Amino acid sequence: MNWVAWKMLNGDTAKYLGAVFGVAFGVLLITQQASIFVGLMSRTANPLRDVREARVWVTDRHQQNADEIEPIADGAVHRIRGVEGMDWAVRLYKGVARARRPDGIFRQVILLGVDDHSFVGAPRTILMGDLADLRRPSAVFIDKAGHESLWPGEPLQLGREIEMNERRAVIVGICETSAPFQSFPVVVATYTGATQFIARERKQLSFVVGAPVAGVTPAEACRRIKAATGFEALTYDQFVWQTINYYMANTGIPVNFGITIVLGFIVGAAIAGQTFYLFTLENLRHFGALKAMGVNNRRLIGMVLLQAAVIGAIGYSLGVGMAVAFFEISGRVLPDLRGINIPWQVAIGTAGVVVAIITFASLMSLRRVLLLEPAVVFRG
Amino acid sequence: MPTALHTPVPDPPAPRPAVGVACRGIAKEFGSGETRTRVLHGIDVDIGCGALTLLVGPSGCGKTTLISIIAGLLDPTAGDVSLFGTPQSQLRGNRRVDFRARNVGFVFQQYNLLPSLTAAENVAVPLLVARQPRKRAIEKAAGVLDAVGLGSRLKAFPNQLSGGQQQRVAIARALVHEPRLLVCDEPTAALDSSSGQTVMELLKSVAVHPDRTVIVVTHDSRVLQFGDRLLEMADGQIVLDTIPPSHP
Repeated sequence: MNWVAWKMLNGDTAKYLGAVFGVAFGVLLITQQASIFVGLMSRTANPLRDVREARVWVTDRHQQNADEIEPIADGAVHRIRGVEGMDWAVRLYKGVARARRPDGIFRQVILLGVDDHSFVGAPRTILMGDLADLRRPSAVFIDKAGHESLWPGEPLQLGREIEMNERRAVIVGICETSAPFQSFPVVVATYTGATQFIARERKQLSFVVGAPVAGVTPAEACRRIKAATGFEALTYDQFVWQTINYYMANTGIPVNFGITIVLGFIVGAAIAGQTFYLFTLENLRHFGALKAMGVNNRRLIGMVLLQAAVIGAIGYSLGVGMAVAFFEISGRVLPDLRGINIPWQVAIGTAGVVVAIITFASLMSLRRVLLLEPAVVFRG
Repeated sequence: MPTALHTPVPDPPAPRPAVGVACRGIAKEFGSGETRTRVLHGIDVDIGCGALTLLVGPSGCGKTTLISIIAGLLDPTAGDVSLFGTPQSQLRGNRRVDFRARNVGFVFQQYNLLPSLTAAENVAVPLLVARQPRKRAIEKAAGVLDAVGLGSRLKAFPNQLSGGQQQRVAIARALVHEPRLLVCDEPTAALDSSSGQTVMELLKSVAVHPDRTVIVVTHDSRVLQFGDRLLEMADGQIVLDTIPPSHP
């Protein structure tokens, strides 16, 4: 009878497609919005992810996320190095500066200052230039998206100059960085260089990053640093989640995306549910005839569930496919969406939502089918 | 001394049609309280095999309710129906559904063919209900369609067939699993005179079988000639049990 159910579904092309596209549209909306949300939240921690060597992050004890930074004294790095169990520790600067082109056009940029000697925290993907050139006076790297933002439509080019804090900076390299949350250009300099490009403050050190020796866990190293120095010390995972949780709790992003995701669910459920219900209603006399011919309720439930499952599976595949296409295209065309893709958790979660939509649609239809008196077939 | 071999054998009795449907005290009420309506009033009737029995009467007299109860689609408020010796009151739930699937065939006024299935596939449905393999079911369905004169329209969809052809497909579907009871509800109501005659001729020639009970509910006086027996109902009772006037 499953074959009959399949043929019944295919026979009513308009409703079949209506229900499929209802699910597909809901899936597209949910997948796309949830992925952008996850991508944005994930971006808040991207500055941490780019410093892959660091297992321990030390900062001011009131620090709440990776973006709002209370600098600590430069000498803190020596104290951290002195903590038992630490293998190495270096300075890292992260702040916001204003980069001005010679013609006066300017943009706010994220300025990173990496350790002068080890280059810990420097970008890994170099598109143009040599990282060693960063040691040259006034030398900076800029990320590709930042170059395109400052010089839109112009080819990537080394040797361009910008001015930060009334100091000349020369672009000696172009790199790729993980997209930052604020979608500002990322300018990378040495720690010493970076501190030249910002207004002078008594304390300038954003973070001390490091790693413990073998046999000491990052968590244990953090505990020792806190005890020895009074600074906040977090493992990489702790800092990532602290930052993400901060944005979750202190911005309207989760609510806004949540509303859209719920709307996607409601629209998907409403369109798919209503269309499938109408499909069942129009086939009620056929279900009645099948009942009269000896199809029991269990098989009828199987038929309705199969029809719903087919709609759900095809709708889900189409919806996820459209979402994948969206991110593929938008990632190339819209720099703000670069690096955002569909996490597998979102794909699975959306599948769960589809199951809920289909269950809802099936229950509405099943109720009518199960309550149907087979004698109805004699009533014309 | 006489032996069994030498005992004279008496002449066999004349064959009597077996009773397929036995209704005893069938009553049916709908609604409750002040809206309670009694539709059938204690009907007793036996309907034999090998004949085409017509059930006639004005609208609202209880014909549809009676055949619904006979076919096992509706429970009577009182009384019992026995189909081929099996009291329906003893069958519950899926056992009754299975009994119906094996023993009852239906022809509906509006054909009730699945629009997305071909003629052969529609006819195969009762065999699929009986869990026969699809290929074999469709092969058998093709044979039955051939018997009702539609061997050339196996792959036609219902919307490609005339009303008379659709009803012939419906008859083929009702007979494909060789049921012992065939219930036809106004099979000619949606057809013109010529198609109605063809359908009734088909029922008479193909459906009527010594082991099968055929009941046709009809309003159509043009088809009375095809009946072997006529039961007329009025106000929830059988008021006339006779041979149709123009029966040969």
